[in-house]
Amino acid sequence: MALIDPSNRGLRLAIRYVVLSLIALIFVFPLVFMVVSSLKPDQQLLADTGSLRAFLPVGDISLDNYAAAFKRAPVGLFVFNSVLVTGVTVLLSLLVCSLAAFSFVFMEWRGQGLVLSIILATLIVPFETIAIPLLLIVNQLPWIGLDGFTTGWLNSYQVQILPWTADGLTIFLFVQYFRDLPRELIEASRVEGASWWMIYRRIVMPLAGPVLATAAILKFLVMYNQYLWPLMVVQEETYRPVMVGLQYFFQLNRAWGEIMAYLTMITLPVLLFYIALQRAFISSIASTGVKG
Amino acid sequence: MSRSKLTQSNRAGWAMAIPGFGLIATFIVLPFFFAIGLSFTNQRLISPNPTEWVGFDNYSQLMGMGVLTLEPERDDAGAVLRDEDGGIEYPRLRNFTRNNPDYPHLDGMREWKSMQWGDVRLVLLARDVVFMTAVVNTLKFVIVVAPLQAALALGLALLINQRLRGINLFRMIYFMPVVVSIVVVSLLWRFIYDGNDGLLNNMLSGLTFGAFEPVDWLGNPDTALPAIMAMSIWQAVGFHMVIWLAGLQTISPTLYEAAEIEGASRWQTFRYVTWPGLRNTAVLILIVITMQAFALFAQIDVMTGGGPLDSTQTIVFQAVERGYGKQDISGGSTISVVLFLMVLTISLIQRYLTREKS
Amino acid sequence: MTYTKLLAGTIIASAIATGASAQTELSMWYHGAGNEVESEIINRIVLDFNESQDDWNVVLQSFPQGSYNDSVIAAALAGNLPDIMDVDGPVMPNWAWSGYLQPLQIDEAKIAEYLPGTKGEWDGKLYSIGLWDAAVAMVSRRSILEEHGIRIPTLEKPWTGEEFDAALVTLKESGDFDYPLDLGMAWTGEWYPYAFSPFLQSFGGDIVDRETYATADGVLNGDAAIEFGEWWQSLFERDLAPGTSQDPADRENGFAEGKYAISWNGNWAAMNILEEHGDDTLFLPAPDFGNGPKIGAASWQFGVSATSGHPEGASQFIEFALNDEYLADFSNGIGLIPPTTASAEMTENYKDGGPMAGFYELSEAQGTLRPVTPGYVVAAKVFEKALADIANGADVIDTLDAAVDEIDADIERNSGYGH
Repeated sequence: MALIDPSNRGLRLAIRYVVLSLIALIFVFPLVFMVVSSLKPDQQLLADTGSLRAFLPVGDISLDNYAAAFKRAPVGLFVFNSVLVTGVTVLLSLLVCSLAAFSFVFMEWRGQGLVLSIILATLIVPFETIAIPLLLIVNQLPWIGLDGFTTGWLNSYQVQILPWTADGLTIFLFVQYFRDLPRELIEASRVEGASWWMIYRRIVMPLAGPVLATAAILKFLVMYNQYLWPLMVVQEETYRPVMVGLQYFFQLNRAWGEIMAYLTMITLPVLLFYIALQRAFISSIASTGVKG
Repeated sequence: MSRSKLTQSNRAGWAMAIPGFGLIATFIVLPFFFAIGLSFTNQRLISPNPTEWVGFDNYSQLMGMGVLTLEPERDDAGAVLRDEDGGIEYPRLRNFTRNNPDYPHLDGMREWKSMQWGDVRLVLLARDVVFMTAVVNTLKFVIVVAPLQAALALGLALLINQRLRGINLFRMIYFMPVVVSIVVVSLLWRFIYDGNDGLLNNMLSGLTFGAFEPVDWLGNPDTALPAIMAMSIWQAVGFHMVIWLAGLQTISPTLYEAAEIEGASRWQTFRYVTWPGLRNTAVLILIVITMQAFALFAQIDVMTGGGPLDSTQTIVFQAVERGYGKQDISGGSTISVVLFLMVLTISLIQRYLTREKS
Repeated sequence: MTYTKLLAGTIIASAIATGASAQTELSMWYHGAGNEVESEIINRIVLDFNESQDDWNVVLQSFPQGSYNDSVIAAALAGNLPDIMDVDGPVMPNWAWSGYLQPLQIDEAKIAEYLPGTKGEWDGKLYSIGLWDAAVAMVSRRSILEEHGIRIPTLEKPWTGEEFDAALVTLKESGDFDYPLDLGMAWTGEWYPYAFSPFLQSFGGDIVDRETYATADGVLNGDAAIEFGEWWQSLFERDLAPGTSQDPADRENGFAEGKYAISWNGNWAAMNILEEHGDDTLFLPAPDFGNGPKIGAASWQFGVSATSGHPEGASQFIEFALNDEYLADFSNGIGLIPPTTASAEMTENYKDGGPMAGFYELSEAQGTLRPVTPGYVVAAKVFEKALADIANGADVIDTLDAAVDEIDADIERNSGYGH
């Protein structure tokens, strides 16, 4: 880098920003395309796809596609269902999986090696390949709800939540993260007589910010984008999530503008969730004071 | 008290693991055993016919292979016949693989690969060529995507792990493709990859002042899989960036301060401080990316449906195509079991290679 | 509103609710979610029916079309089917054979005049009935054909295979179009067997042997099929039609924008094209490749599930829906072909001299059912892949052989599918 005087901080800073921005362009352009397209009528949208106009809100711009999307499908209901199912699953999953990971990393108990191996092996099973057997299983499971004791979980929220609550990947994330935490801290607390639950709650979890955020985002994405499973177990519109709702827009003659409007709307909650969680990253980065 | 006494706790250990393990056992392990069972039957997705045990039929149907050597066609004088371009003429394969009582073991097989050996053509036949192609494509995808994506993600993580005004905005932007469903992303990229007036073609032709010949990215067997690889990396790299970032947080700042005092270069700091601190994260990322790459499905389903000419067939796509599309749930389950065994073998090897050297 | 009025209203409302609960509830599934016009019509039929009698109360659940079949299959596996459901015509034998559907209990005299494609018969019994049919035509413009000196074919004298091919070459050489022919290769799925197997049949081949339904050997890989395959491949080699990577947006708008001269398209897309080109629009019959011109028949139809506890009520609803007025509504709303001449006369597009009347005649004269067998579902998928592969340059004979093997293996694994 002979051309650049290393002492010139301003120039170095500028270069950094240019690099960061160029990379940002690569990541952002299809999404700009999505949002911009949602504002255009179909004819213009399709005519624009081949040129830079695809990224510019020019021409006949309006919110008509959004109005039409709401007319075509109960968008609010779908988003509500997805957010509810996703939110509950994420919370349950963080609790259940971190507890399990805690027991694998910090405790010793009989059978733990085998149990962990089984859990890790489930990482290899793609959901698509067990969907049918799973359907037959949940159809036989009992449930106690407002209607008393019932059999079969079809058409409900729990059928969308419980099968997805625990998974090998989330547990694995926690395990790998916990392994980097100082064990001395835990052992010292044991010597002082702290219960396992206290150690989990007071010592380990407060240190788990980054992994909690990572696991939460991962789970959120998986849950929010559910398609095949709700399609199989939910027949009533009342419980349908957003990705099944997307099918409402795939009529024989596709209204691309409405599709883009719907996509923009259903992407918004995920983005908000990520922005909210990003604070967890920021604070942990700030507290550790790592420099690049 | 000894250390083992301190950490030993059978009852509390099980109590903490059981909610997670119980759910996994009920909703993943049990259905998977169910699927293993199905793979030994002739169960259809919908059918009034009774289910029968068929042993390993589904497996031999999936993985059966054979070899055939084709002698060139000769005229009456015994000279090798050649076509207009001078290529040697061989008898058609269907003469051997269809109702030929002399070759019962090849019945119903198709050509998978062939090679020339002097005048003779060696043909490798497979009972299920599409599945074989799917296996090869999936492996290609894993071998290219896993290391590339992991490395790019690490690069990005290091890039955004700096204190800079507005860095959070960049973090958010790099992560944005992850936020959007892969189905949605695939739909958007179909516009970009379009062969006539797609954005990518127009951009490349603009950058080269028209010298670039438009490519039908998803319609050409040579470019379809690479195009899907590129899009997949683009979509998921932000996620792995975040995992790397979480790993970077666990490295004690005092180590960096020490390195600075020692006068270590950037590379030395990375090599001797950052990288060793990322060990567990690296294992995690490698395994996660490998698993996700093996499960490649949604992109294929939306963008190419396995074509053109099977160039984007993948294992999970085939499992779904058979199990649901062709209502052959036992055949689909067989593919799942084969995939499971394949990935298990690979991850055991991976684990052996990345084992802690004590 | 005063308190007493409010109270009175509540009492009346609850009285109505109690009255309604005397009716037995019938659940019904329909594939029209997301299609406003279609939903409005089906909702009106349900409402009319519920008000017309006191025994039954139909409750409608709509599904998006793209995932409807998957939803039904999952529900059937879980034993959770509704009383009434709709089913795509060619899939019906599969569902009837698997025990999802039971025969209809409706007066056959009522449907005597219906287009043959609307009647879902399997194993000698009527399982489903359609309120409309669909048809495919070569859509073009009079001005284009006249300008290039191409004869406008009629139902009596369609294009021959050679004539059609020559027309495509002429249009190609004119240089006026991106491609002369738009086959709709972007529409994957059922479109392939629906739209393209009639070409194969006109050549003299078929997807399976309809004599026995036991094999595809000899019909899908016989000489006629190979001839079809070679021609099919040449369409793409000669750049006469866009291939499997056709942009879906071009499929929808390419003809209207003038990128294509002829579009092989369904009547459901015809309304948009008519709006664009008006009187200039032509809906032409399929070419005759030797064994008569053919197009696919049968669209969505209504049936009663095998598990329904009230098949008589379910059938009563379906019979109620078979009303010329509703048939005309569907046609006017979404451009479908009305199943009777009487209902056709009530529509804007299909009445005598109407702009789309040609489709009705096409449907009547050329409509050919897809193979009526439970095995069709799998055979259709195999056929689709074979056609896509051939279009992309795969060896014709090998590909057709492989397709035959796969279909035959499937028939064998299903013990002949009950034929």
